[in-house]
Amino acid sequence: MIIEINNFTCGYGSKVILNNIDLRVEKGEFVGIIGPNGSGKTTLLRGITRLARSFGGAVHFNGKDIKEIGFREFAQNIAVVSRDIPSTEMTVEEYVLLGRIPHYRQFQFFENGKDIEIAEHCMEITDTLKFRNKYISRLSSGEVQLALIARALTQEPVLLLLDEPTAHLDITHQVGILDLIKKLNREFALTVIIVLHDLNLAAEYCDRLVLMDRGAIKKVGKPEDVLNYRDIEDVYKTVVVVETNPLSSKPFVLIVPEEVRKQCKK
Amino acid sequence: MKKHVLNWRLSILLSLGFLFVASLYSLCSGSADIALKDIIPTLLKGGGTPEFSILFDIRIPRIMLGFAVGGSLSLAGVILQGMFRNPLVEPYTLGISGGAALGVALCIILGLHRISPDFAMPLFGFAGAFAVALPVSLINIRKGMVKTEGLLLTGVMISYISSSIVTLILAVSRTEDLHSIIFWIMGSLEEPSRALIFIICSLSLVCLGLSYLFSLDLNAFALGEEEAIHLGINIEKTKKILFLIASVLTGVSVSIAGIIGFVGLVVPHFVRMIAGYDHRVLLVISFLTGAGFLIFCDTLARTIISPVELPVGVITGILGGSLFVYALSRKFLMR
Repeated sequence: MIIEINNFTCGYGSKVILNNIDLRVEKGEFVGIIGPNGSGKTTLLRGITRLARSFGGAVHFNGKDIKEIGFREFAQNIAVVSRDIPSTEMTVEEYVLLGRIPHYRQFQFFENGKDIEIAEHCMEITDTLKFRNKYISRLSSGEVQLALIARALTQEPVLLLLDEPTAHLDITHQVGILDLIKKLNREFALTVIIVLHDLNLAAEYCDRLVLMDRGAIKKVGKPEDVLNYRDIEDVYKTVVVVETNPLSSKPFVLIVPEEVRKQCKK
Repeated sequence: MKKHVLNWRLSILLSLGFLFVASLYSLCSGSADIALKDIIPTLLKGGGTPEFSILFDIRIPRIMLGFAVGGSLSLAGVILQGMFRNPLVEPYTLGISGGAALGVALCIILGLHRISPDFAMPLFGFAGAFAVALPVSLINIRKGMVKTEGLLLTGVMISYISSSIVTLILAVSRTEDLHSIIFWIMGSLEEPSRALIFIICSLSLVCLGLSYLFSLDLNAFALGEEEAIHLGINIEKTKKILFLIASVLTGVSVSIAGIIGFVGLVVPHFVRMIAGYDHRVLLVISFLTGAGFLIFCDTLARTIISPVELPVGVITGILGGSLFVYALSRKFLMR
């Protein structure tokens, strides 16, 4: 059990966002968090990374309470790809190398040969080597996401948390990013917890889905169990049609515009 | 990788060279001109000659003070700009200078500077600086967390309050006090006490070393505070220590040399344009360049219309401001 969330309540300031959450994630799993805007998906990630304020319950990472884990140790094991895009004048290589900071020894200020080797390896996996000397601000959205993932991998994590890495990307890049994460998950046994808005991407890539609704977990399970029209219509308050992808036999969700809904009723 | 290491060495060498040239220029110029080639023989010959005492008692202490104050102010500027991720922050934004000015103004109208001319004004300046830095930081540290935006806003507001009180003091003070207060506020590198000069020199170098321990943290701050946490940095601890270092640097500089503007804002900016974002080199180059810049400005201040000495803050303001506008316009043109 890499992550064990027990009766966890968290939020910001004095406001409670998540109520009594229970969730277990096994090592090597690929878990997707889905749910409408404001349902607490990002807060769940931030609860794990300790950016949200805990009001009760506990989160354990590898059997250890996350409150007990030091900053450096945390970053050596858990890497986060958040939605913030770095706005600094840094090249991709400089940015990726920042991922080595948690591994620097005390009084080590400069990267050594091993750090550079790891950073280069991570840039190779993510296919960012070819623009290693470009400034982050000059990259396209897809390239920025790859650089963010390269930096996260440079931390050599066992758990990777991602917050909507495919937002604003075209389908080629969506598939590219998720294929990459899937490959990392399968080949390096990297545990992945990913927030996704797109239900179809979530269904295709995740081993398990966590459907969130108003600060609580509505349902957890395999995509074919979670993505049924009753639960989705209940949580998202809209009419959907759920079909099965003939090639992958995973469910996919179609939306129904209001006009069509009215015609159907007639 | 090799490329930036080369750039770093080059930029450190360049800033060292600038500091060296500025110091030599300062050694040579003044009301008594001493030629460059005569400096070393004069110093080697030892005491006795008037040239020796000009160099050793007047110019070298001034250069040392310029080195410490210029270095401290621009180091504090780099630290604060990096910590706040805001290029417009400077050491004086936090209200420290306002507090120091208030302390000194009080000291002068109370006549305390006559009791111990060497130490009373710096002491009151330092007390004033910390009387301001303390509430500013206490207000904004809640439950162990430093509220960054709040720190800036309270700092600016407290600056306004203390400068209003200084204006009030100016309005009611006698003419000779008025003159000393205004001259102190404009800043000067004239400092009779050797002991104070040694204190600030060593303090500034110690602070440089301490802040260097946080150079990687500052690099991570460039990505935002949350990303810095993701990179394993204890940001609350880092922010507190860096704020303390910047406050000490600013407080000590201001209480000894008065309010010398622009060094802490312009030099870090300028250096960042040339050397990039990386604090592992920025901290050192800013210190050296700030030191050289202030020594250079001080030399101009005392030679332009000699024997009258201009307040050095006027020169740093005019020179620094114009350089800044020039560099910014270049930067926009290059885009």
